[in-house]
Amino acid sequence: MKVRYFSWVRERIGKNEEDLDAPANVTTIAEFVDWLASRGEGYAHAFERPAVIRAALDRKHVRPDAAIAGASEIALFPPMTGG
Amino acid sequence: MSALRKISVQREDFDVGQETRALASGDANIGAVVAFVGLCRDEGGRLAALEIEHFPDMAEAEIAGVADEALRRWPLAGLTVIHRTGVIKAGEQIVLAATASSHRQAAFEAAEMLMDFLKTRAPFWKRAIRADGVAEDWVEAKRADDDAAARWKA
Repeated sequence: MKVRYFSWVRERIGKNEEDLDAPANVTTIAEFVDWLASRGEGYAHAFERPAVIRAALDRKHVRPDAAIAGASEIALFPPMTGG
Repeated sequence: MSALRKISVQREDFDVGQETRALASGDANIGAVVAFVGLCRDEGGRLAALEIEHFPDMAEAEIAGVADEALRRWPLAGLTVIHRTGVIKAGEQIVLAATASSHRQAAFEAAEMLMDFLKTRAPFWKRAIRADGVAEDWVEAKRADDDAAARWKA
């Protein structure tokens, strides 16, 4: 699955995107974020406050309890500050 | 006649006069055009610019969703939303939300809703660049923006 990062999530992890396959027991956005946070220092820093992280599945906003099965792209980012 | 809908995410600046004339032309029943323009502030000389990152495609799609919602709620003849990305210097334009309708109330309300939804739904992120050239931390999202967007929930 393609995973994309934006803003300070991208900077803390140190990459724009990567291809990752989550373990079978990771089924929701919240679980995916927890799993990512365990992958190293940059990830832990990016996801130290999981409640502020926003997510999109295949470019649609989703909530943390959304199931990730079937999606081809997950994007993780901070609250948006456009306008 | 279907409403005009123009959405653009672009690095280039825009001409408000040209955009509002384009929006108002072609329908002699338009009595009101409202154009909101968001500018880059210098915060009393402290900031030189903003750098705006976005999620390509999703940004356009989210703005389109917000635009469709505005067209459902108000009798608009058309609307234009332009959001710039990249480095925007203090004093420059960042965003345009323009609406056209027969009467002013629909145009005012729709422009306000477009901006409130855009701020909380469209994937853009701002970072301030100080007058001395140093990049500051990313701009924090404001609770007030969420509250402003929530007002429009039916």
